[in-house]
Amino acid sequence: MKTYDIVIVGGGPAGLAAAASAKKAGIDSILILERDKELGGILNQCIHNGFGLHTFKEELTGPEYAGRFIDVVKELGIEYLLNTMVMDISGDKIVTAMNRTDGMFQVQAKAVILAMGCRERSRGALNIPGYRPAGIFSAGTAQRLVNMEGYMPGREVVILGSGDIGLIMARRMTLEGAKVKVVAELMPYSGGLKRNIVQCLNDYGIPLKLSHTVVDIRGKERLEGITLAQVDEKGKPIPGTEEDYTCDTLLLSVGLIPENELSRGMGVEMDSVTSGPVVNESLETSIPGVFACGNVLHVHDLVDYVSEEAGRAGVNAAKFVKGELSEGGKDIPLIATSGARYTVPRHINVDKMDDLLTVRFRVGAVFKDSYISVYYNDERIMHRKKQVMAPGEMEEIILQKEKLAAYPDLQSITVKIESE
Amino acid sequence: MYDVCIIGGGVTGCAIARELSRYQVNACVIEKCEDVCCGTSKANSAIVHAGFDAAEGSLMAKMNVEGNRLMEQLSKDLDFPFRRNGSLVVCMNKEDLPGLQTLYERGVKNGVPELRILSREETLAMEPNLSDEVQGALYAPTGGIVCPFNLTIALAENANANGVEFRFDTEVTGIEKADGYYEIKTDKGTVETRCVVNAAGVYSDAIHNMVSENKIKITARRGDYCLLDRSVGDYVSHTVFPLPTKLGKGVLVSPTIHGNLIVGPTAIDIEDKEGTNTTKAGLDDLISKAGMTVKNLPIRQVITSFAGLRAHEDGHEFIIGEVADAEGFFDAAGIESPGLSSAPAIGIAVAGMLRDKLDLAEKEDFIATRKGILNPADLSIDERNELIRKQPAYGTIICRCESVTEGEILDAIHRPLGAKSLDGVKRRTRAGMGRCQAGFCSPRTMEILERELHMGMEEITKSGGASAIVTGRTKSQGQEG
Amino acid sequence: MEKKELICIGCPMGCPITVTLDNGAIVEVTGNTCPRGKSYAEKEVTNPTRIVTSTVRVEGGERPLVSVKTKEDVPKDKIFACMEEINAAVAKAPIKIGDVILENVAGTGIPVVATKADAAC
Repeated sequence: MKTYDIVIVGGGPAGLAAAASAKKAGIDSILILERDKELGGILNQCIHNGFGLHTFKEELTGPEYAGRFIDVVKELGIEYLLNTMVMDISGDKIVTAMNRTDGMFQVQAKAVILAMGCRERSRGALNIPGYRPAGIFSAGTAQRLVNMEGYMPGREVVILGSGDIGLIMARRMTLEGAKVKVVAELMPYSGGLKRNIVQCLNDYGIPLKLSHTVVDIRGKERLEGITLAQVDEKGKPIPGTEEDYTCDTLLLSVGLIPENELSRGMGVEMDSVTSGPVVNESLETSIPGVFACGNVLHVHDLVDYVSEEAGRAGVNAAKFVKGELSEGGKDIPLIATSGARYTVPRHINVDKMDDLLTVRFRVGAVFKDSYISVYYNDERIMHRKKQVMAPGEMEEIILQKEKLAAYPDLQSITVKIESE
Repeated sequence: MYDVCIIGGGVTGCAIARELSRYQVNACVIEKCEDVCCGTSKANSAIVHAGFDAAEGSLMAKMNVEGNRLMEQLSKDLDFPFRRNGSLVVCMNKEDLPGLQTLYERGVKNGVPELRILSREETLAMEPNLSDEVQGALYAPTGGIVCPFNLTIALAENANANGVEFRFDTEVTGIEKADGYYEIKTDKGTVETRCVVNAAGVYSDAIHNMVSENKIKITARRGDYCLLDRSVGDYVSHTVFPLPTKLGKGVLVSPTIHGNLIVGPTAIDIEDKEGTNTTKAGLDDLISKAGMTVKNLPIRQVITSFAGLRAHEDGHEFIIGEVADAEGFFDAAGIESPGLSSAPAIGIAVAGMLRDKLDLAEKEDFIATRKGILNPADLSIDERNELIRKQPAYGTIICRCESVTEGEILDAIHRPLGAKSLDGVKRRTRAGMGRCQAGFCSPRTMEILERELHMGMEEITKSGGASAIVTGRTKSQGQEG
Repeated sequence: MEKKELICIGCPMGCPITVTLDNGAIVEVTGNTCPRGKSYAEKEVTNPTRIVTSTVRVEGGERPLVSVKTKEDVPKDKIFACMEEINAAVAKAPIKIGDVILENVAGTGIPVVATKADAAC
């Protein structure tokens, strides 16, 4: 069996950044396993601009952003396999993968970086009633068909869900000559960026109906129409508000789910809120030497943050391989409450953390003129005002090792949203 | 002229075709859809009932018990997945306990083997996730679960291998009696045949009534289902039925043969025989009813919901046999639950009637077995690598959720009566049946269909007819609406 | 006097901004929380521009399409004119990121460039 210091599962933005930083941290034996026929992951089909403002201080399209990282990985001579599906990872880091030329094979890794990304929620998971005709696509599948294969999913489109992929596809379909009739969003706010609402919907006169959902799907063979209804505060359709739309296409942009079948298979502890692994300050999962980053860890809003996080995972995996990720110290849990839904990481070891540690989280509702507060035990040590926080965007706090070390009795760190 | 024309390519029609193909006969199956298993057979509980439910002495009881008995050998002969996971009828109320006894006695009279009444403790020991209210259960070890798609497809492929012709996308519009034969009018021309078998599911009344003055009525009885992710597929290990009470029939909760969990069905009589739409009321109803037998049903793990139509005959009995005022016309009508379980027995029964009617001799070269699509997951790593060396397509995963390789999809497309659509591939290989519901694999499967069947992408359908997936190329605005 | 309503895209706040114009000249900007909102609104009202991204057919490449963008912002009212030319264009492989596919799209003086590479096959 071949052995590698680090095996990275997934050659998208997370895997690429992790590989590059691990290599720069002095690890030469790295293998990236990518299931698609090229590196870059989902960015290859995200042909719109808006990527990289943080990382490169310029606005790139998805393929350009991916291209920069792919170039680095190639320049660094990092080994990768395309068209290769990882089938299983054992708890002791034997990775079983398969492709056409090598067949099914196993490699032993000293460290594993999970970078499998996420998948879209399907219609089935929403339990939308009605028929099951052709013409219902997740927004990402439609994006692949349009941008990669050059086919139109349909001509008269309704979009459910105002996540960014849905908004981007509203514009993309319009530019390709389709009529996008409406975007419906179950929540009273959009999960997408303001900029996308303005530039993808308002620019083209596409209405956004908040607090609306699809309550019926018509058409026995190809989609013929859908019914929208307004929903109450609990998300239940309000009788009498139904509106019929004729359409041949329904795109769903209703959420992303970290793709953690492999992580579960290897016995990694999972976080029920993020659907990603529970990680510590090193982005290390419950299995020592197994790290996670990018959308497999928690769904990100911007790819820049994926790259940054994956870079850290790569550095830490390198440290692990070199035996520099020390043992000992005490794990302090991070508790997300009162509006904060989760934190990544979920526990930290002050002895092992860097001087500064970025903790990312999301809020559960729209908050205006509220505060992000951080408590060490019961003492509030951070209180930062934000004019607006929305579930669609990630928030962050930065913990300082120096300050934490001044609390020897630290039992927990709590992150909450407070109105004053 | 055919000797026998079977109308309907569901499990009943295909079972009859397969049994009939033992004989020297010129037979065909006429199916209005693009594939077999497109109606009732594709959307049901996928249960092989033990046979305690049907009324004592009924044809249903007889066929069910016999079909159940035959299923195991058939699954080996025709290589489709079947497992006797055992059924439990659970009683939630002390006052209803005598109902279990009644059911037990009926089952014994129907000839169901190994039935046993379990105490509350025994029941909970077998199924810890049952509701705390459970008082006892009837246990039928012979109850089973099957893949209805592969059962039907296996029967059809084997019938085809033994010479039965299949005419797809062909809808029967009328049947006329001629001199000693029938003329079946279809949208693809007229078919002449000495005998007709009516296995038309929810349309079996319409087909029957084309030739007989003794009219029958089949009502489409819709059943809504939810299918849950494999991660909760072991929530129960037996098929759990609630004991019917004065409050209603309840819904079953069962593992499927492929490791998902199925919940359903509702029972709603409808007018539209194509009305396979789920409704919010139906889904809400079944979720609340399932909650009565199992506790904390993990309903957030639903990966899809669907509805199927049972061909409910007014008298709630199978109508099987030659029609009195139409010689040579045989009904296999009103085949609702336990129709799937009964199919092997119905096949033998109807084929036997046709043999006697037409005085058919057995074939000497009847092929009794059929090989299903190879599942590489059943192989060792070495065997798998050997396969990939010979056929590299087995090294490419197309459906990540169900780990389906390109090799399996190629097999599904190129075998006799092969897949022509995404659903055709899905029913044969499970590609697209997993938790992402084809979001990942459908463009890839489309590319394979395009390449292998030399179709344009625009011609590729979800399930035949007007169910095209894409409507054209990009860069073409102005060319159409 | 003319009033134009718009939503600021500078941050998640999404301030509703009102711009008052007199004969095309900006008289007043209200509703913004920060100076970025003001400059966004001024630009958006007088000269709204966008990057257009799409795909162009490829001849002789590994893929049927290559992704492209306008190298700089184009006037918003030229988006569909740009799309017409982009849709009619054909790029010949090999293609590198940044290769000019159209020199001057829709008379804007701005080129359309490839955002992805495609080797010849």
